[in-house]
Amino acid sequence: MSNRKLLHLSRRQVIRGLLATTAFGITARFGTGCSSADGGGGAAEITIGFIYVGPKDDYGYNQAHAEGAAGVVESFEWVKIVEEASVPETTAVEESMRSMIDIDGASVLFPTSFGYFDPHILKLAEEYPDVQFFHCGGLYQEGTHPANVASYFGYIDEAQYIAGIVAAHTSKTGKLGFIGAKPIPQVLRNINSFTLGARSIKPEITTQAVFTGDWALPVKEAEAANSMADQGIDVLTCHVDSPKVVMETAEKRGIFASGYHADQTALAPKGYLTGAEWDWTSVYSKIAEDIRAGKTLMDGSIPHVLRGGLAEGFWKLSDYGPTVSEQAKQDAEAAKAAFMDGSLVIYNGEIKDNTGAVVVEAGQSLKQQDPVLEQMNYLVEGVIGSVAS
Amino acid sequence: MFLPYVPCITCPFIPHPSSLILHPSSLTPHPFPMLTHRKTLESICIPIGALVFSLILFGAFCAAAGANPFGVYASIWKAAFGSWSTFQNTLIRASPLMLSALCTALPARLGLVIIGNEGALVVGGLGAVAAGLALSTAPPTVVQIGMAIAGMLAGGLWIGAVGALRHYRAVNETISSLLMNYIAIALLNHLVGGPMRDPSSLNKPSTYPIAEINMLGSIPGTRVHYGLIYGLIACAIAYFLIQRTTFGFAARTAGGNIRAARIAGLPVGKLTMAICFLAGSCAGLAGMVEVAAVHGRANESLNANYGYGGILVAFIARHNPLAAALVSILLGGILASGGILQRSHNLPDATVLVFQGLVFLVVLFSESLYGKFAIFKEPIVKAPSAPAVTAMG
Repeated sequence: MSNRKLLHLSRRQVIRGLLATTAFGITARFGTGCSSADGGGGAAEITIGFIYVGPKDDYGYNQAHAEGAAGVVESFEWVKIVEEASVPETTAVEESMRSMIDIDGASVLFPTSFGYFDPHILKLAEEYPDVQFFHCGGLYQEGTHPANVASYFGYIDEAQYIAGIVAAHTSKTGKLGFIGAKPIPQVLRNINSFTLGARSIKPEITTQAVFTGDWALPVKEAEAANSMADQGIDVLTCHVDSPKVVMETAEKRGIFASGYHADQTALAPKGYLTGAEWDWTSVYSKIAEDIRAGKTLMDGSIPHVLRGGLAEGFWKLSDYGPTVSEQAKQDAEAAKAAFMDGSLVIYNGEIKDNTGAVVVEAGQSLKQQDPVLEQMNYLVEGVIGSVAS
Repeated sequence: MFLPYVPCITCPFIPHPSSLILHPSSLTPHPFPMLTHRKTLESICIPIGALVFSLILFGAFCAAAGANPFGVYASIWKAAFGSWSTFQNTLIRASPLMLSALCTALPARLGLVIIGNEGALVVGGLGAVAAGLALSTAPPTVVQIGMAIAGMLAGGLWIGAVGALRHYRAVNETISSLLMNYIAIALLNHLVGGPMRDPSSLNKPSTYPIAEINMLGSIPGTRVHYGLIYGLIACAIAYFLIQRTTFGFAARTAGGNIRAARIAGLPVGKLTMAICFLAGSCAGLAGMVEVAAVHGRANESLNANYGYGGILVAFIARHNPLAAALVSILLGGILASGGILQRSHNLPDATVLVFQGLVFLVVLFSESLYGKFAIFKEPIVKAPSAPAVTAMG
C-alpha cells in the first residue's frame, strides 16, 4: 500500500465534517416548511408586487398583508401577484421594487413596511412615474410627494377598543397588559383605545404598558408577558410585528390573550378572547378593481390618502374564544354596530392622560380621521407606563 | 520534456493554466513537477472549490424544496451578473459589505477575531449624522469630509475600545465586540428615539435629515452610490498596509506568534490599538455611507445586518483585503438574487440565507484542508538520493 495520499484527513476530521453537513441538512429542512403562494392565474392583466419586511407566516403584520395579497389572487383571475418577503428597509427594497417592475412587469406595488417609504419609495416613484405605489402607514403629503404615490392605513384601534370591552368583561383581577414595540403614535393609539374600551365597561380597570424597544424581539416579549402574568395581569394583548410569543406565553401561563394583526386562535385555543385583525383582502381587492376600471393615482381618480375603519372594511375581529361571556359579546357587537354607523367616537372629551393633564378637552370630539390623533404622544388615564423610551 | 496534464484539484476536468508553466525547480523529482506558486494556487483553488461544493449542496436543497437546481443557478446568475442593470444591484449590495468586512479582516491578521462590525457601523452612522447636522451650514464638500471623519472616528474608537479591553484587561475580543454590538444598537435606538429625534418622524423615530445637497449621490452613469468607490479604495489601502509595509509585517508577525513578536521587541499594544482603530473606522465609514448616500438620516434601518454580512465576507476571503472586495461582490450577487428565487421559483424567503449559511459553513470547513493536498506542497527535495514519496510524507 502506498503511503502517499492525495488527501490526508484523520478519522476525527471526517466525522466532524459529516456531522456538520448532517446538522446543516437537518436545519435546512426547517426552512422548506413555508412555501410561497402561487403566482396567480393565466390571463393576468395587472401584475401587482407585494413586499414584506418579515416572513409571510409570522402570525402578525406580514402574514396579514400576505393573506390580503392571496385574497386578491383568489377573487380575481385577472390579477397576477409577485411577492418578496424579508426585505430590509435599505437599498434592498429599492432593488426589489425595480426588479419587480423591470423583470416581472409590475405596474402596481404594495411595499408594506413603514420604513420603505422615505427615501426608498419616493426615489423609485420619481424614476417610474407610470407605476403606482401604495404604501401602508400614512405619510403622503400633497404637493411634496410624487403623484403616483398613495398611503393607506386603517383605524384598527377601533378593534382594540372592542377587544378592551371583551377584556374588561373577562378579567377577574381588573389588570390588563399591553406589550408594545415602541412608544410611537400608532402603538400609543392602540394602547389608549384598548384601555378606553375596557374602562367603558369597568372604569377602575388598568392597563400595564411595556415597550420592548423594537418590532421583533421575541425574548423580551416573552419576558414582558411572563412578568405581567406574575403581577396578576390576566389579559394580554400587544402591538409588535409578530404576536406569536405573547399569545403562546399567555396560554402557557393560563391567562387570556387578545390578538393583533392576524388571527392567532391556533396559538392560544383556550385563552384567546378575540383579536384586532387587518382586513387587507377587502382593501386590496377594492384598489385592484379601481385600477382595472382605469382609475389611477396620477389623474386623482384614486385618492392619495386611503383611510378607513370597520365601515370601510379595513379591519375585522377574530372569532370570539370559548371563554367570552354572552354579556361581553353583546357589548362588543353593540360597539361594532356603533362604529359601523359612525355614532361611537373613541376620543370624546374629556380625556386625561396618566399624569392628570387634559389631552382631549370636554366637549371636544376627535373623530378617527382627525390628524391630531396621528400625532398621539400620551397614555390615557388608566394606563400604567410612560411614553419615554 | 513533456508537459503533463495537471488538473486543478477542485475541478479535475479543467487543466489548470499554471500546469503549462515550467517551474525552475522542475528537475527535482516531484509528483507534480510543473506547478509554480503552489501556496497562491492553494489559496485560490480551495475557496473556489468550497464555493462550487456549496453550490452543489445548495442545489440539493433547492431540489428538496421542489425547485429545479439548474434553473435556480441560471436565475442566480441572471439576477446577479446577467446584465448591467442587475450587476448594479449586486454592486449596491456589495459596497457596505466591503467596508464592513475590513473590520473583521484587519484584526484577524493580528490574530484577533472581532465581530463588532455591526456596532461600529451603527456608531459610525450616528457620528456621521451628528457631524452632518452640526456642520449643516458649511459647503457640501466640508460637510461630507466632516461626516466621513466623524464616522470613522466613532467606529474606530468603538473597536479601539475592544482592542484596549483585549490588550490591557485581557478580555476576549470576540465576546466583547459581540456584546458591544448590542450596546451600539441600544444606543442608536435611544438616541433616535430621544435626544436626537426629529419630532416630525412620528412612526419611525429618526434623527433630523441631512440636507439633500450634502448627500453623497451616485457614481455618474450608474445608480451605485459612492460607497463602492470608498470600499474599493479602503480594501486596496488595507491590502497595501498589511502586505507591503513594515507596520503590516509587524502586525502579521504578532498575529503569527505574539510571544515571539514581544521578544523581538514589537510594540504589540500599539499594534493592537492601531489595527483595531483602523478596523473600526472602516465599519464606521460604512455607517457614514449608509447615512450620507442612502437614508439621509439615522434610524433603525442602520442596523441592517451589513455588519454580520461583513464577517462572512472576511472569513471567505481568508482576511485578505483584496479578496474581500471580490467576495463582497459575490455575496452581493447572492443577496441580489434573493428576490428572484422567491418570485420565479417559489422558494421561501429564507433560501438566500440558507445559501449564505452553506457557503460560510463549507468555507470554514475548507480551512482545515490547507496543507492536506500534496499537489500544493512546495518540493522540498534537496538530496538527490531521497525519494520523492518520503519527501511528500
